Amino acid sequence: MERVPILKIGQTLFVSIQIDLQDESVIRLQEDLADELAATGAHGVIIDITAVEIVDSFIGRMLTTIGSISRLFDAETVLVGMRPAVAITLTELGLSLNGVRTALNAEKGLEILNGKS
Amino acid sequence: MDELPIQSGDDVVRVRQFVRNAAADHGLSLVDQTKLVTAASELARNTLVHGGGGMARVEVVKSAIGRVGVKLYFTDEGPGIPDVELALTDGWSTGTGLGLGLSGARRLVDEFELASEPGTGTSVTVVKWSR
Repeated sequence: MERVPILKIGQTLFVSIQIDLQDESVIRLQEDLADELAATGAHGVIIDITAVEIVDSFIGRMLTTIGSISRLFDAETVLVGMRPAVAITLTELGLSLNGVRTALNAEKGLEILNGKS
Repeated sequence: MDELPIQSGDDVVRVRQFVRNAAADHGLSLVDQTKLVTAASELARNTLVHGGGGMARVEVVKSAIGRVGVKLYFTDEGPGIPDVELALTDGWSTGTGLGLGLSGARRLVDEFELASEPGTGTSVTVVKWSR
């Protein structure tokens, strides 16, 4: 199982998913992020899915869960870089990713977290 | 026609990659490729998690009017689904997910067929046609 690295930049945790996600990797990411949030006191999480080719119901649910967990650590999650084909497929699948903010790219995501928009 | 085992999370990823290549090679648009791969991911996970593992078969098919499509067949010898109609309802779940896997996969493809017999297993066939 491959792991997704988590980078801390200032008050933000930055996650860029560059692997073909299997369920175990997503569960591991969720646990690693909770640990990092507790250890660092970061106030924001940016998850970059630019390289992610599909988000199915399991991955989608995990992304929503990560948003909920972050909130318990006083941090906001912004999902950035979703591909158009992924957005269309997710909607047809019936997943709305409620509770997770989205932004076009990492830069806009950071602006949201820094309260500039 | 190619057969792929589904016995682990790695196998699910391999099935997705294989389906992606087949769909791209046979003229499906990027959106249709994404829909088919997403459906394959849901169905392969079901085969692994609920069916206790099984097989995926990937086949390129041609319709009567000459359209090319990618046909996927998933089969397991697991406990089966007692009520197929119910299992295809949005929100129906065995408790571990959102209940969108099977019903969502059906919405993402052009043809969907599910056969299940309690005690003997489940098979799902789907087709996505090129536009």
